[in-house]
Amino acid sequence: MRFPNNNTLTIHSLESFGIHDGPGIRFVIFLQACNMRCIYCHNPDTIQIHGGTVVSIESLVERAERMKPYFADKGGVTVSGGEPMLQAKALVHFFELLSQKNIHTNIDTNGTIRSEASHILLSECADLVMFDIKATTHKKFLDITGTNKLDALLVNIALREAAKKPYWLRYVLIPGITDSAQSFQWLIDSFRHARYLERVEILPYHTLGVQKWKSLGMKYALEGVNPPTDESIQQIKTLLRSYFQHVP
Amino acid sequence: MVQLSDFKAGAWSNTIDVKDFISLHITPYTGNSSFLVGPTERTTQLWNICCNALKEERERNGLRSVDTKTVSSITAFAPGYINKDLEIIVGLQTDELLKRAMKPHGGFNIVKKALAEHGLTPSDTITECFTKHVKTHNDGVFDAYTTEIRKLRSLGFLTGLPDNYGRGRIIGDYRRVALYGIQRLIEEKNKDLDAITSPMTDATIRLREEVSEQIRALYAMIALGEMYGLDISRPAQNAQEAVQWTYLAYLAAVKEQDGAAMSLGSVSTFLDIFIERDLQAGRITETQAQEYIDQFIMKLRMVRHLRMETYEQIFAGDPTWVTESIGGVLLDGRSKVTKTSFRFLQTLYNIGPSPEPNITILWSNSLPQGFKEFCAQVSIETSSIQYENDDLMRSSTNCDDYGIACCVSMQELGKHIQFFGARANLAKTLLLAINNGKCEITGTQIVEGISYESNDYLDYETVLAHFKTAMISIARVYSDAINIIHYMHDTYYYEKAQMALIDTNPKINVAYGIAGLSIVADSLSAIKYAKVKPIRNEQGLTVDFSIEGDFPKYGNDDDRVDFIARDVVHFFNTELAKFPLYKNALPTMSVLTITSNVMYGLKTGATPDGRAYGEAFAPGANPMHGRDTHGVIASLNSVAKIHYEDAKDGISNTISLIPKSLGKSMEERVANLVQILTGYFSCNAQHLNINVLDKKTLQAAMKNPEQYPQLTIRVSGYAVNFVRLTLDQQKEVLSRSFHESL
Repeated sequence: MRFPNNNTLTIHSLESFGIHDGPGIRFVIFLQACNMRCIYCHNPDTIQIHGGTVVSIESLVERAERMKPYFADKGGVTVSGGEPMLQAKALVHFFELLSQKNIHTNIDTNGTIRSEASHILLSECADLVMFDIKATTHKKFLDITGTNKLDALLVNIALREAAKKPYWLRYVLIPGITDSAQSFQWLIDSFRHARYLERVEILPYHTLGVQKWKSLGMKYALEGVNPPTDESIQQIKTLLRSYFQHVP
Repeated sequence: MVQLSDFKAGAWSNTIDVKDFISLHITPYTGNSSFLVGPTERTTQLWNICCNALKEERERNGLRSVDTKTVSSITAFAPGYINKDLEIIVGLQTDELLKRAMKPHGGFNIVKKALAEHGLTPSDTITECFTKHVKTHNDGVFDAYTTEIRKLRSLGFLTGLPDNYGRGRIIGDYRRVALYGIQRLIEEKNKDLDAITSPMTDATIRLREEVSEQIRALYAMIALGEMYGLDISRPAQNAQEAVQWTYLAYLAAVKEQDGAAMSLGSVSTFLDIFIERDLQAGRITETQAQEYIDQFIMKLRMVRHLRMETYEQIFAGDPTWVTESIGGVLLDGRSKVTKTSFRFLQTLYNIGPSPEPNITILWSNSLPQGFKEFCAQVSIETSSIQYENDDLMRSSTNCDDYGIACCVSMQELGKHIQFFGARANLAKTLLLAINNGKCEITGTQIVEGISYESNDYLDYETVLAHFKTAMISIARVYSDAINIIHYMHDTYYYEKAQMALIDTNPKINVAYGIAGLSIVADSLSAIKYAKVKPIRNEQGLTVDFSIEGDFPKYGNDDDRVDFIARDVVHFFNTELAKFPLYKNALPTMSVLTITSNVMYGLKTGATPDGRAYGEAFAPGANPMHGRDTHGVIASLNSVAKIHYEDAKDGISNTISLIPKSLGKSMEERVANLVQILTGYFSCNAQHLNINVLDKKTLQAAMKNPEQYPQLTIRVSGYAVNFVRLTLDQQKEVLSRSFHESL
């Protein structure tokens, strides 16, 4: 057992019936704290390092076991956030226990953290990794996330690919910001030959998080930006489907 | 007697044994729904007539018409039709569609009141008869009720007791009429009667009288058939007759009784044998088969009883609980799903959604995938069906031929009956523990031996000990009330038609119940894990509570509080089981409120979980609204921890899901719903009501009810037309947790 002393996780909330965070029905654990400040974040209340609830990994494993009858052959546990890799050591511990119980594990990550433990998760522990691609150029990445970590993300994706383990890419589509033709060409050029990339998901920008920003007294930078139209989403998906095996 | 020579002989040929007949002849179906067909022109025309009548009924304040001169009985009314030329399956309760009838043997005052609410009175003859000469069930009960029963009843500790209305819950095995014909059933009952001999104890005398009543009812059923030109003294010869005979048997029951819940049982698979036989022989087509079922179900939707307005508080939306159980697995492992199981569900498309009949899927994880998926699709598209765990109930009772009495209660068909016991308000009972055994609202002394007046933080162990004292006391009085009620019901309002279709001397269980479980669990959790101080008025009665800190809440898959709920159920059930019961019935208990959760709230003061005086309870075993914050599976898992063995009468749970939370496409939604059901029932949970709808739809229906006449929503163990709920009940439904996934 690695990192046996990292036996707690700081969580924001739990969702026992997640169907948008990986295959099948997922027990989603939203972890507290993030290393980025994405301008459209729909869970801004999970960003801060303060707050959150400390829970034992043991209790989360027990919960996951009780949900096992609902998972069937596809579902399992997804850790999301916040940014889960900030608690990578504890996650190694957590995922090892879940694997012992034969429960599928998945991380929803921005993929920019590089540490010994995150390396273990990417190359060994996680059954699935979902990488968020926040932007396709260094400048835009900085504009959207407040950090300059596109390279770190690409290294981590390469690491996952080298480990020959499955992963998904998720791209947030914001009209006027991330919907340029060059962006999609970059995605295609960068990943069309990836062998362990199972799925590319387009996540249409939505405004459901706006109210949270307001209630936290924070200014929302994308005020006035509307979600993409169904037509534009379909157009992009059609394009990507010529290069990637699964674009739902 | 006409012989059905192409059926295989077996035990069923020599004794009354429908189960054996089914086992020998069933054709399980493992395919999908693609064979189903739409309604015939006749069916659609008939349903349009019904829809107009239903509209008139709504416009006339829920009563289209009523006969005030006739006491209902199996043969009291001339034959009635919707439109004789279009009807394949005939028979109405009275001589006119949606005309209600008086059944005053349960209680004459109730009938008078129900009529008075519409500006009507019973005829002079009937009034004289029931005020001067005839004693009713209600009269008998109140002759025997003790002071303490009256006190618990009027203050809201015991509520909804069937002491002034028909107790219902008994399920006649209506299939017997189709399989054997009435003449054979009379012969068997006569044999039984001859075998009930000396010594003439109370029980023996009573049983002889009851069987004689049953035989009389059987003759009346033959007469009922003749009024419609049908000879039901002989067995049904074909599929149409099998459906018709079964329906007439049920019709006799609902002409004779107005029990709160009068289930149909489990007829679909039985009827499938006749349908399959005719289909195989080329005598009928799929369209005809579906037409029989559509028209049969249409008739079941038209069943009505005369009710007064206050009855709505406990049973909202004018329900009749024509509960039909579909699916399940035989003890030998074969599936009971047949094509007719699908046909019954198809009616929800052919003539639209409806709360009745109350379709209950007996879910087994080994049911055919095609059927599971069709059920999930029907749930998603109509919110009209509910589910019960066949694997759990079958293995617990070693029985594979049962129906659901009312909402959630298992009952072996033709062998077993139930004495309905309404429910005790455990949230109010908990308040006795911190109010010196007094009612928190009136200050009336209810329980002796509890001393707790402290204004300091409540101590968990002390409160729990007092709560147990209070439960023990309530259980004793509750059991007294139930014995009186059923003694009197048998005496003054005996269900002779239904009992004629059940074995003589069946097994009986008493169905006790509890309400307020989630409030009790959360209140005890608050006292244990947070700091709770009572706020008392000048009389020393609690009027509110101050709560410092957070506490685990039932509905989040948190053992700390879920086990409190589980243990309370176990304790109260164990206490109830200590009292002797009339007719040597066996005690069982349910966690079920029907719609009385709103009324219970009004009768219960503020509780230590932070619930305000008057605020509605959660229905059944549900977590309190909005407190289940970890998503639907965590909520389900909390309820699943209550042991079925502690609540064998049923553990009701109702969930509402937003359609898109189940997935983007119908295919995904179906797959996810099947998985929710599989998971929940794998955890040994017993019952699940599922609504799949948006709050917006309900809000729109509140504004423009006329546009949503068939909008159906599952409440606690049954379904209602949403627009027929009272405003308070509609608001309560809207306040429930609608599970959205993030």
